[in-house]
Amino acid sequence: MRGTKPRIPSGCAIVGIFNRKAKRFSGSDVLRSIRTMHDRSNGLGGGFAGYGIYPEYRDHYAFHLLYEDKASQLETESFLEENFNIDRSEPIPTRPHPNITDPPILWRYFLRLKPHHQERLQIENGTCEPAIRSGQGDERDFVVQQVMYINRYIGGAFVASSGKNMGVFKGVGFPEDIGEFFRIDEYEGYMWTAHGRFPTNTPGWWGGAHPFTILDWSVVHNGEISSYGINKRYLEMFGYHCTLQTDTEVIAYLFDLLHRRHGLPLEVTCMALAAPFWKDVDRNKDGKAELARGLRQVYGSALLNGPFSVLVGYNGGMIGLTDRIKLRPLVCAEKEDYMYLASEESAIREICPAPDRVWAIKAGEPVMVQLDEGVQP
Amino acid sequence: MVRIDGKGVHYRELNELIKTKADEGETEFYLDNINGQRYIGTGLSNPGIKIYVNGVPGNDLATFLNGPEIVVYDNAQDAICNTMNSGQVTVHGHAGDVLGYGMRGGRLFIKGNVGYRVGIHMKEYKKQVPVIVAGGTAGDFLGEYMAGGILIVLGLDRKPGAPLTGDYLGTGMHGGVIYLRGDVDPANLGREVAVFDVTDEDWKVLGQHLQDFCASFDFDYNEVSSEKFYKLLPVSHRPYGRLYAY
Repeated sequence: MRGTKPRIPSGCAIVGIFNRKAKRFSGSDVLRSIRTMHDRSNGLGGGFAGYGIYPEYRDHYAFHLLYEDKASQLETESFLEENFNIDRSEPIPTRPHPNITDPPILWRYFLRLKPHHQERLQIENGTCEPAIRSGQGDERDFVVQQVMYINRYIGGAFVASSGKNMGVFKGVGFPEDIGEFFRIDEYEGYMWTAHGRFPTNTPGWWGGAHPFTILDWSVVHNGEISSYGINKRYLEMFGYHCTLQTDTEVIAYLFDLLHRRHGLPLEVTCMALAAPFWKDVDRNKDGKAELARGLRQVYGSALLNGPFSVLVGYNGGMIGLTDRIKLRPLVCAEKEDYMYLASEESAIREICPAPDRVWAIKAGEPVMVQLDEGVQP
Repeated sequence: MVRIDGKGVHYRELNELIKTKADEGETEFYLDNINGQRYIGTGLSNPGIKIYVNGVPGNDLATFLNGPEIVVYDNAQDAICNTMNSGQVTVHGHAGDVLGYGMRGGRLFIKGNVGYRVGIHMKEYKKQVPVIVAGGTAGDFLGEYMAGGILIVLGLDRKPGAPLTGDYLGTGMHGGVIYLRGDVDPANLGREVAVFDVTDEDWKVLGQHLQDFCASFDFDYNEVSSEKFYKLLPVSHRPYGRLYAY
């Protein structure tokens, strides 16, 4: 699982498809789309996030696990049993694929918190005011802690995803091969993201493939986060521990911290991560100088430096964001209820030959799409 | 005349086929169902070649192009006309980032908008003068480190108040000229450029390129040329001459 192939430098491919009416569609679309950008990857990582794929378990935390060996699986399962009711446990279905070799044990669990944990959390919620600072007291904080524990302390076990009604399928290989291997054409979701990897600074291994996740947040990323060290240390103060040897991991945790725990609106979260330049703040053309200054004071350590274009998925929405001078590409398109985002226009046109609108997103300005009001996945 | 169905064909195969046929003396190529294939026309220097592309060609279209003409009847992606030497590329849609990087000759016409870093490091030598004309708007870093050539941005059909170009316009520019159909926010100008009025002498060159551009896309030349144009020129030939001097 932890590959030993040599470093080969270059770029990545990302794509996302979203249906505003929560209409579920097969993973085969995103597979065809990412295949178009084959030459942006080098076979050292591919992955997919599907949302709305587990409607029969919509209220369960769906844990996708990567295990190096049986021992790590047994240890993880006994840990999960202490804290959760495991209502279903099964191997993640795969099909043999000539280009996918040496996969880890791939397993998924549908989990509910044990009743005594729920009660305890309810009590803490009612009495403990500083839930935000301690990261205690919310069911989802509890889940985050379990993920961190597994990744940190159980050797050879890594959580690929842990959100409700979503799941991540990732590994070492070209994305189209990884998608076929995981049979993602057999799932239906209202949102899909995909990634083709060309690792530059970190090893190509199963846990290091994109998407990176926590709860229902998932991130696919083209570029590199040169502020990784600062971001990582900052996140540690809030109980997030980076264990997956890839810079992108911090983005998932930053969204969880800033939006879910600290309550920043998504637009403001994006502004903290891709903060405007001081010269633009001083000009105050958009009247947001005070907000921008405040964000830099409080969240300076959350600023993402370096070139990036990312797609962030969460239950009910998707965000596209690039760095402040757009050193990585991202194209948008719309067709009826569908929204598309991709590194290259051709990846969109492969599955949507005649979009209603195609446009290039602006540097540092998020493109956000959400389910229409009242629509439930 | 050669017609190639590009559906599902990898760029290497496609470009080898074009090269082989061109070496055999074919001059007219119609490429159908193109979607994302990179490097189309790269390095082609056979005389009289014309390539017509249906679909969205991939990155690095017309890289090192030396003479041929390429017409794209759709949008184009990033990095087209990279280090192009001569010829003509016409795109009947919008195009992406880093167009005409280090371009040293020939012309690139884009009907719609262009992205970030267009025309950076363009250069000229005597009669070799590269030209890029964008019918729509341009993103940040237009003409960054430009050393020669002509960039023209028209901003046709843009929404009222929408900027013609982005920030860091002409940053580090030390040669060539940028013509803008409309004015520019001084805050977006690079430190190395200044705004000038367009002279009759300028119009002799600008007018010719605009006429050709309008003819390519059925625009009305009189309408296009009736707006006030501005000219950006570098204020120094060696903006960083002292940077590494002790």
